[in-house]
Amino acid sequence: MRSQRIAARLAGLAGVAALAGCVTINIYFPAAAAEKAADRIIDEVWQLKEGGAPATVKPAPKETK
Amino acid sequence: MTFPGFLFVSVVAALGHAATALAQVNLEINTPAIASLQASMQSRHGQLAPLYASGAVGLTRDGNVALRDASAVPLAQRQQVNALIAAENQDRAALYREIARANGRPEWEQDIRATFAQRWISRAAPGWYYQNPAGAWVRK
Repeated sequence: MRSQRIAARLAGLAGVAALAGCVTINIYFPAAAAEKAADRIIDEVWQLKEGGAPATVKPAPKETK
Repeated sequence: MTFPGFLFVSVVAALGHAATALAQVNLEINTPAIASLQASMQSRHGQLAPLYASGAVGLTRDGNVALRDASAVPLAQRQQVNALIAAENQDRAALYREIARANGRPEWEQDIRATFAQRWISRAAPGWYYQNPAGAWVRK
């Protein structure tokens, strides 16, 4: 009887721990993806992709991130 | 006994969340709200570009633009330049907020702003001014 109670308690704690794990995982901010998204928007706003803009010679397509 | 059942549900929930996090390789930026902000900023850029080049306006460390050197703008145009800066900053704030929201993570807004702040500066043309992390203006 008593051990069943303890088991139920433990199950509760495990559940809380698992849910806390979810929260931790979801706080992660995808920095590399955000940089890519920012660059795509900046290309549009500043018109960096179309061949014209002489002031913006791009060094290399791949940057180390 | 609910013990194994509950544990199973917890584990499945945890795995589900992990999968969601892993699936997030790209940020969603293709929404009508983001597209219209982008278009608005793009059309404003024609007016802002000469101001960046003259040093009148610079890129701030927090992802905005600011009047850096008022004396580079003729008195008669100062009002107009200030309005331009205000409109640009409004669009930028909305852009950062919209990207966070489009990805279901409104709490990412500040991270997105910080990412943009870095990228605006590193993609700026030579001669433009930006704020370094201490807030001082630096010419690129």
